[in-house]
Amino acid sequence: MCSLALFPPPLPSGQTTLCESNNELLSGATTEDRLKQSSPLSLYFPRESLKLHSRTESSSKAAFLDHSETLWMRMPKCLSVSSGCILALLRKISSFHGSLFPHLTVSCARWSDCVVRAFAWHPHTDKFAVALLDDSIKIYNPKSVTTPTLKHRLQRSVAAVQWKPLCASALAVACQNCLLVWHVDPCSLSTRPSSGCAQVLSHPGHSPVTSIAWSPSGSLLVSASPMDTAMMVWDVASESCVPLQRVGGGGVSFLSWSPDGSHVLASTPSALFRVWETRMWTCERWPCVKGRCQSGCWSPDGSRLLFTVLGEMVIYALTFTDTPAGVPTSTSKGPQAAAVVADLSETTFNTPNGDVIIGGEIQSLAWDPTGERLAVLLKGDPQAADRRPAIIAVFKTRTNPIFELLPCGFIQGELGAEPRLMQFHPNFQHGALLTVCWSSGRITHVPFYFMGAGVPHFGLSGSPSVPRPQAGPADFSNHSLFTELIS
Amino acid sequence: MFSAEQSCWFVRKVICWRAAASIAWAVLLLPPITAVFVILSKFSLLHPIQTISECLSLLTSASAVFSLILLCGVILMVGFLNLEYYTVIPTIACSKIALLGQLLHPRQLVNSLVHCIMGIIVAWCCAITIGGRYETLGYPCSNCPFVFNSDSSPQMCLNEYHLILLLAGAFVGFSYSLLGVIHNMNYVSFHTVQQYKYLRFKGSLPLVVKCSATQALKSVRNYVVVYLFLGYIPKAWICKTLNLHLNSSAHPLDSIAGLLDFSLLYHLWISASFLLFTWHITLLLFRIFVTEVYSFPVQSSFTEDVHQCLPKVLTDNQPMILKFLALQDLALLSQHSPSRRCEVFSLSQPGGHPHNWNAISKECMSLLADLTQRLVAYHDTVATNGRAKSLSTGSERKTSSETSGTDDLMSPRPTFLMKTPASVFARSIVGGPQSPLTAPFTPDLDSPFASPALRRLTAPVEQCSPWFGTVQSPHVMRRGPKLWSTSTGESRIMEAIRSLRSDTLRSNFNQIELPNIISKASSQALFADSQAHIWALEGLSYLVQASFSEDQFGVVQTTLPSILSCMLVLQEAVDRHFKLPHASSKPVRSTGSMGDSTYKTLRFALRATLKTAIYRITTMFGNHLNAIQMSAEHRKRLQQFLEYKE
Repeated sequence: MCSLALFPPPLPSGQTTLCESNNELLSGATTEDRLKQSSPLSLYFPRESLKLHSRTESSSKAAFLDHSETLWMRMPKCLSVSSGCILALLRKISSFHGSLFPHLTVSCARWSDCVVRAFAWHPHTDKFAVALLDDSIKIYNPKSVTTPTLKHRLQRSVAAVQWKPLCASALAVACQNCLLVWHVDPCSLSTRPSSGCAQVLSHPGHSPVTSIAWSPSGSLLVSASPMDTAMMVWDVASESCVPLQRVGGGGVSFLSWSPDGSHVLASTPSALFRVWETRMWTCERWPCVKGRCQSGCWSPDGSRLLFTVLGEMVIYALTFTDTPAGVPTSTSKGPQAAAVVADLSETTFNTPNGDVIIGGEIQSLAWDPTGERLAVLLKGDPQAADRRPAIIAVFKTRTNPIFELLPCGFIQGELGAEPRLMQFHPNFQHGALLTVCWSSGRITHVPFYFMGAGVPHFGLSGSPSVPRPQAGPADFSNHSLFTELIS
Repeated sequence: MFSAEQSCWFVRKVICWRAAASIAWAVLLLPPITAVFVILSKFSLLHPIQTISECLSLLTSASAVFSLILLCGVILMVGFLNLEYYTVIPTIACSKIALLGQLLHPRQLVNSLVHCIMGIIVAWCCAITIGGRYETLGYPCSNCPFVFNSDSSPQMCLNEYHLILLLAGAFVGFSYSLLGVIHNMNYVSFHTVQQYKYLRFKGSLPLVVKCSATQALKSVRNYVVVYLFLGYIPKAWICKTLNLHLNSSAHPLDSIAGLLDFSLLYHLWISASFLLFTWHITLLLFRIFVTEVYSFPVQSSFTEDVHQCLPKVLTDNQPMILKFLALQDLALLSQHSPSRRCEVFSLSQPGGHPHNWNAISKECMSLLADLTQRLVAYHDTVATNGRAKSLSTGSERKTSSETSGTDDLMSPRPTFLMKTPASVFARSIVGGPQSPLTAPFTPDLDSPFASPALRRLTAPVEQCSPWFGTVQSPHVMRRGPKLWSTSTGESRIMEAIRSLRSDTLRSNFNQIELPNIISKASSQALFADSQAHIWALEGLSYLVQASFSEDQFGVVQTTLPSILSCMLVLQEAVDRHFKLPHASSKPVRSTGSMGDSTYKTLRFALRATLKTAIYRITTMFGNHLNAIQMSAEHRKRLQQFLEYKE
């Protein structure tokens, strides 16, 4: 089993990770001029640059006369008292809501500090969408000078964005009360597409929408809300949806569609997650022992699922063997139990600046499309006495002939910035490119230059991967590895 | 029609069995539904235990068993009507007159009548079950002072409560059949999300309950109003024919005071809900069973089974359901099943010909080419109409022949569109003189959509070639000579039409109707059968994508250029269509009805699928596509897709 003890020690403070080259992570000192001369896709959204809602409202208030008082005067006093009582009662009841449904408070605990709410690379081209705290979405494309800003009346508290595969223009946005599907014409020069370009998909009781996933074939969109026990499968063009409901779990908090399109991971706020098979939409139940499934990611060929559980510091793996195709009724016969593949419990590193403790709970996982690098975002605990920083640990992975995890290194940003979101570029030519959104509002890209070994090639989704020349025997062997055979 | 369908092996072996299974399930579900109805109708909050014991004794009584048998008969009849009237291509009325024509069609009248009678039967069963004051039609009027009878049997009086329930059943049955036409209730749509039958049923059950209850509420509301004003007619008629008397001491129910009886209204509503729920459940089960995926063999080693194989079945045009299920199976196999894809790409054993692939790709491409033609023709008609409207009356001579297309557009016949093009056009020429006149009024299902623009397309090119749509770009076609106007026979027809058209009233009518014609409805009608095209696109694109790694013999390579140009031409036509007014306006989503409104959004689904299909191929093949022979215009278009700029 791979653990953090095998990792090279983290960088001294002030150093940032730049890239991986020749099998090691290169770093450099953060200087202002370097940040300025960085590539056009490295963005910086300082918190002050955004006009947030509260500010705009207070500023516009002065322009209008306040008429509420006169209305209030007209109302009989008893009515106001009784309505006040009812409101107080309602408030009392709603205060119980949180204790009845504890899962509702979990997801957005640490959102307030980060300006970037969601981030999505386009699956085929070099453009990405960034959702900001003021509920606007900006689309950046290095090949065009315009950066369209998407705003919509219903676009409130954006939780996730994702581009539609096999399409140039469609972007799905998970909002407070609905799903929006924007159609942003890539050739258009307009910087503010009208709200007529957005399709509104809503279903009563399905809010707030916090996670979405497009099928890799681009035909269906799944959306989920922690408040709604049903998961919606949308046919976006016809705006119709099929609710998929199963007993238990209470809501769906995280969705991930496997790259080959055959499975969907849907985790619930309770200690249970489901793996849906997308052919006949049946599901397997996976009860966890400890907590809810926090995050998960699929291997590029869709055969392996890595997931993490809240309260545990390990990464689990599930393997799905291919079903005999052609038998339409058979459900996939999965494994019986998940195997632990990595242990990320707290580890002390001796650095010149003193001891640094790294490890702990895992926030999210990301696997690059070639299946060679796995990025793990560790939550950290800056308030704790021993100051565990939030950090991204990167593993080298191999899926053939056996599944292996090897340590690669830590990715650190500038001082005081914590990683919030991360995503791999879907088709980076020279290896893998990890995009990280930091709590400071900066978006940086960390390339990993490597020559992949035989890339798992699967038929139906994604672009045909260019056959890569075989990599030389890497110097993996000096560490003890996790392999399936050992566990 | 039915006898022709009977002859097909598929209807005999599959559809009939599926319908029978759905009816059997509906019948099995009837006792629990009835039990729930009994409990709800007799429920009293103050005596729950008494209610339950009453219900139990009622459910085991002979009358309950008899009414259950009657209800089973009704369900069988409803199931049979579902099987007889279902369609996979909705009939879309483009104007109010066409809708009226549909409603007054003899077939529809029979349907309404049967539903009325079945409504009465169900209502009678409800009356028996509820019991009490609803139980019998007549009762001895003991307290009637005016009637003296020498017979030993007392004089019978009319029980208006029984009558009002029976008439409510008839009314709800009639409105069910009426709304069935308006909401296209007989249209069976296919779902993009495949689910097992039980899960689909469970998922749609709450919707059915909700929509039955609301529908019943609306029907009862309408019925009460009707009964208030016209209730005396059936009452008097029943009294006269059955020799019953009106009890003057009882309150008449066709008054406001009589109808404001809460318990009566509740019983009316619950009976109507029961009636609609049982029928909707039967319909739902029928839809679920009939649209279930059927897996056709791709090839068979026995010659007697060849007609059941996918390549053969795809080319059949009757029955429609067979073609749709075959296309659905094609789309699914191309997506999910490598072993069956392998059979598609395989070569025939002696000879080494890719018969399977050729048949499948040819059929899919001819479907797409057919849609392209239709769109181009529609666009041309609309375009010329726009011009005709703006021109002064002096030019009427020139344009009047073209405006004849507008009449045809009022009631396009989506049913014909899946027939082989040659036969359609042959018929359209034969039936040319009559169709413009009769089209808006006759809902004749077989009359083709014969616009002059379509007719123009008949002449030159051999229709079966998948190249047909691709060789001629729409621009070239519009500029080309108008063949029909040069031929003498056709011009004589046009003369006849023009003479009819000189009627000013009629031409005014045309002018008024014109904005209506280029409306959502005609655009919907144009894409009414587009589910087939969507599957054809999906099937083709997935097969082409899979061929990149799975096609061992290079079978697909030879057809790749024609597939691409077929899709690109269609893409152009679809883009042009969506630039028309109304074409891109979204329909209002109706939630409270059992009618499936999928057909209203099929054009959007087609547009999205088409784009995704082209992207699927370009993403897979990438720059290899530059090696393919194609016209410069198409190459330019394809380059847009390769650069993700569409």
